[in-house]
Amino acid sequence: MRPLTEEETRALFEKLAKYIGENIQLLVDRPDGSYCFRLHKDRVYYVSERILKVATNIPGDKLVSLGTCFGKFTKTQKFRLHVTALDYLAPYAKYKVWVKPGAEQSFLYGNHVLKSGLGRITENTAQYQGVVVYSMADVPLGFGVAAKSTQDCRKVDPMAIVVFHQADVGEYVRHEETLT
Amino acid sequence: MAALCVEELLARAEQREAEPQRSVTVEKELELEFDLGNLLALDRNPPTSVPRAAGAQRESRLRSLARDNTQLLVAQLWGLPAERAEGAAGPLLAQLPEPSYRLPREKPLPRPRPPTRWEQFARLKGIRRRKRTSLVWDEAAKQWRRRWGYGRAGGDPARDWLIEVPAGADPDEDQFAKRLCEKRERVARNELNRLRNIARGTLPGRGLHPTGHQSRVELGRASEVARVSTASLGRFQPRLPKEPAAPPSRGGKKRRFEPLLGDLAAERSRQLELLRGLGSKKPPLDLTRAVNKQLREEDAEAAKGRKRGQRGKRGRPRPGAAKGKKAGTRRQQRPAGKKRG
Repeated sequence: MRPLTEEETRALFEKLAKYIGENIQLLVDRPDGSYCFRLHKDRVYYVSERILKVATNIPGDKLVSLGTCFGKFTKTQKFRLHVTALDYLAPYAKYKVWVKPGAEQSFLYGNHVLKSGLGRITENTAQYQGVVVYSMADVPLGFGVAAKSTQDCRKVDPMAIVVFHQADVGEYVRHEETLT
Repeated sequence: MAALCVEELLARAEQREAEPQRSVTVEKELELEFDLGNLLALDRNPPTSVPRAAGAQRESRLRSLARDNTQLLVAQLWGLPAERAEGAAGPLLAQLPEPSYRLPREKPLPRPRPPTRWEQFARLKGIRRRKRTSLVWDEAAKQWRRRWGYGRAGGDPARDWLIEVPAGADPDEDQFAKRLCEKRERVARNELNRLRNIARGTLPGRGLHPTGHQSRVELGRASEVARVSTASLGRFQPRLPKEPAAPPSRGGKKRRFEPLLGDLAAERSRQLELLRGLGSKKPPLDLTRAVNKQLREEDAEAAKGRKRGQRGKRGRPRPGAAKGKKAGTRRQQRPAGKKRG
């Protein structure tokens, strides 16, 4: 376990900025306590200082997880967000997509969101903008990337993909053994 | 049937008895030559039983030949005077005689000494060394005396009790001191030449071994090596007062991470600073690009101005051929180019 280097921090923030923009500041500088990012086995964890201090008592090779896993660094040093980061992305998300109740299950099974399942979308969403996917009852289901801008969404046919799937809460069941 | 069985049994028993016998007694046409000091046995018998062609048979024959010869050598060893070490229960120690066989040397021959400067010069000039007797007849002492050194013929000039002041010399000069001084100089020069000859013979090293002359660079390198030649690789070696502060590190850069529980506030401020850089859409000023852009703009402006000027001069198109026109423009341009150059 170690703090992130400058490049790693940059990669992480650039990825997070696609979903929550400048709201990263609220994650870094929190009034309710001291939180930080730590790297452990190529995974980035968002930990409070108290838990971090407790976790130092556990040997590195025995430590499975601590705090909240935000994602992992690939072998080529790219950063991939995991669905476990959703708890921190959803409250600060700048662009949101709501899916209809009928399309919820399809999304939770790992499929892209089609135009027919699109309930609402934030105005002036650009193409390839990171978005957080909600159910119509405002329950965060996952996140993805807008395949079309808001303007284009109005024109396309109902079977066209509007949001590319990246992660959804169904992974807690599907990828139970790999999520930490 | 039964008789046959008995005969077979007898033959087998005979064989079994002969087996250890054969392994101990070895017959040879020519006796082996032994050098027990070196534990060496020389077999001069021609290896007729060993087939020429390589194969399993030859291998086994060679092995048995070696075994037989070893057997003979060991039998000789048993004939040597022996004693028990550490009392009666210790191992048996044989006393080997002096080795008689001269083994070839293990190391290569030492390299010949490179010729001294005088030897080189003498060979170049064809100077031969003349043999002179070491003893000469001393007329005064009526005795054979050495040519050089202590008690030499004609008396040692250093032991003269009286020296004539040479003509044209300063009468106040101490001739004894002068002679002594000259002698010292000669000795010093000889020593210097001797060291020079040694230095010429040895390859230029890293300056780690003390020689007559060591350059500043060599001395610096030697001190650098000596500094790290401690048990802790010079980690606790204090630096000399005028030594440069930090030597250039030879190893690569070691990867270092921030401490796990370091200054969290500083880490936070660093991340916020990074965020500020990410947030601003304006890319930071790239100086080389900016300069290049400026240069390009100036060039474009200059080119535009030149074009306009040319067009002005060539305002009225001549009715002549295209070739002639081209030549004309070239002629016009040339003086400008010369001025620039």
